[in-house]
Amino acid sequence: MTELATEIVVNPFIQQFSVFVLAIFVGYYVVWSVTPALHTPLMSVTNAISSVIIVGALIAAGPDGMNLSKILGAVAIALAAVNIFGGFAVTSRMLAMYKKKEK
Amino acid sequence: MTQFQADLTSVAYLVAAVLFILSLRGLSSPETSRKGNIFGMVGMVIAVVTTVLNPEVVSYDWIIGALIVGGLIGYIIARKIAMTAMPQLVAAFHSLVGLAAVLVAASAFLDPVSFGIANKMGQIYAASRVEMSLGAAIGAITFSGSIIAFAKLNGNMSGAPILLPGRHVLNALMGLAIIGLIGAFSMSDGAASGGGDLMWYIIGLSFIIGFLLIIPIGGADMPVVVSMLNSYSGWAAAGIGFTLGNTALIVTGALVGSSGAILSYIMCKGMNRSFISVILGGFGGDSAAASAGGQVETRPVKQGSAEDAAFIMKNAGKVIIVPGYGMAVAQAQHALKEMCDLLKEEGVDVKYAIHPVAGRMPGHMNVLLAEANVPYDEVFELEDINSEFSQADVAFVIGANDVTNPSAKTDPQSPIFGMPVLDVEKAKTVLFIKRSLGSGYAGVENELFFRDNTMMLFSDAKKMTEEIVKAL
Repeated sequence: MTELATEIVVNPFIQQFSVFVLAIFVGYYVVWSVTPALHTPLMSVTNAISSVIIVGALIAAGPDGMNLSKILGAVAIALAAVNIFGGFAVTSRMLAMYKKKEK
Repeated sequence: MTQFQADLTSVAYLVAAVLFILSLRGLSSPETSRKGNIFGMVGMVIAVVTTVLNPEVVSYDWIIGALIVGGLIGYIIARKIAMTAMPQLVAAFHSLVGLAAVLVAASAFLDPVSFGIANKMGQIYAASRVEMSLGAAIGAITFSGSIIAFAKLNGNMSGAPILLPGRHVLNALMGLAIIGLIGAFSMSDGAASGGGDLMWYIIGLSFIIGFLLIIPIGGADMPVVVSMLNSYSGWAAAGIGFTLGNTALIVTGALVGSSGAILSYIMCKGMNRSFISVILGGFGGDSAAASAGGQVETRPVKQGSAEDAAFIMKNAGKVIIVPGYGMAVAQAQHALKEMCDLLKEEGVDVKYAIHPVAGRMPGHMNVLLAEANVPYDEVFELEDINSEFSQADVAFVIGANDVTNPSAKTDPQSPIFGMPVLDVEKAKTVLFIKRSLGSGYAGVENELFFRDNTMMLFSDAKKMTEEIVKAL
């Protein structure tokens, strides 16, 4: 019985899926706490962080040699980089404008 | 890769994911938001550096080249873009995330061994095929949908809905076809890469359905569309995250996906419309045509000049400003701020009231007012300020229309009945800056124009505001 138990491993997909579902809940509560005045910066910053998809592009462009997969990866890096640099820069530009009444 | 390296890599991605959560958390108030943005950047650096240090990544020249080119373009655009153009910029950025997701899925499909998602015979695991084709399909829809949203917001394309005959049937069939193809792709084992050409059909069909989904949706429904595409870009990233087994990507995708979904919900609630009715499209087109063909309006309106408006506001105790999309189009926010400063010098209490769907994206008006240096503690959301209109002497409506229409409260026949509106009619005087008596996006006549306590200021929002400033 114990022998059998050690052979059964949890499907890695289920583990990833657990992380995914919990992250949706975290997102739900975190985003509801965002003040409506900052909804535009919220969109631009979520844009920037969703470009973390660049990790996949880096793996595609990483190997030696030359093939279609690598070219697609390099293009994807450039697209994601536009978003990362552009998204964070425009967010910080916007956030710098939100000021309190000077007294 | 040694076990230790693999563990360290996973921990680094987890740290990046936590930093992304903190970056969104920071946006709960303007004071903490700037720190939040820094957290986001640090998280991104950690994720990128961790991936580059992966032993699979050996050739750096292309990576560095692509990073520099993309980074420079992004940075320059972000520096130069006008704040009024923020909705189209965000739409353009969404399209890039979508396309990047498609490209990453395509390279994983072409070179599964580098991604570690193939068995010894080079066949892609069935689970990975589902994940990558879902990620690619959502990414492709995000891409082409955002292109249309961008064109509509940027004025390259008319904001009016484009209604193809039988579009609901066509879209439903295409949606089913994509789902069927994903199913077939996951079960096919034939080709060495697993699935042959099915992957390309999925991507191609998804591109087309993305276009078709967004063209029937009108300009003023764009806040919902932009939020929805924001959500899609997140789900696409999550799909790719499953393919790669990458925690940072899965968590971020889930965060962005739920963020966009919540924003869509808030926008729909602000218009009292169901998400489905927005997505099915066509709103504004039919009713606008109907009212154009209807009876000609002959009721008298009270018209005023900049001097009249200046006089009324100077002698008021309390003025509430209601900005709308017209202010953004006319770039009137700076003139408006100048006007309010002069009023404050006269001892007038000035506040701003923002409707949730004012403008073309969530929070659009707040950003424009912030750009004009309006302190954010003078700017209020609908539910916080609506009770104050009854104590206000003047409601100054600049470039807004439907969001002030009292028929949303009184006329069950009105297409906007039930939509939360700003109670501007409760103020002693309502000043309306508008170019004409034309109805708003919803195609509904605003009866407020004909009331005794309303004064219409027919002009461009910026020109009129500047004239009022002069008169003050």
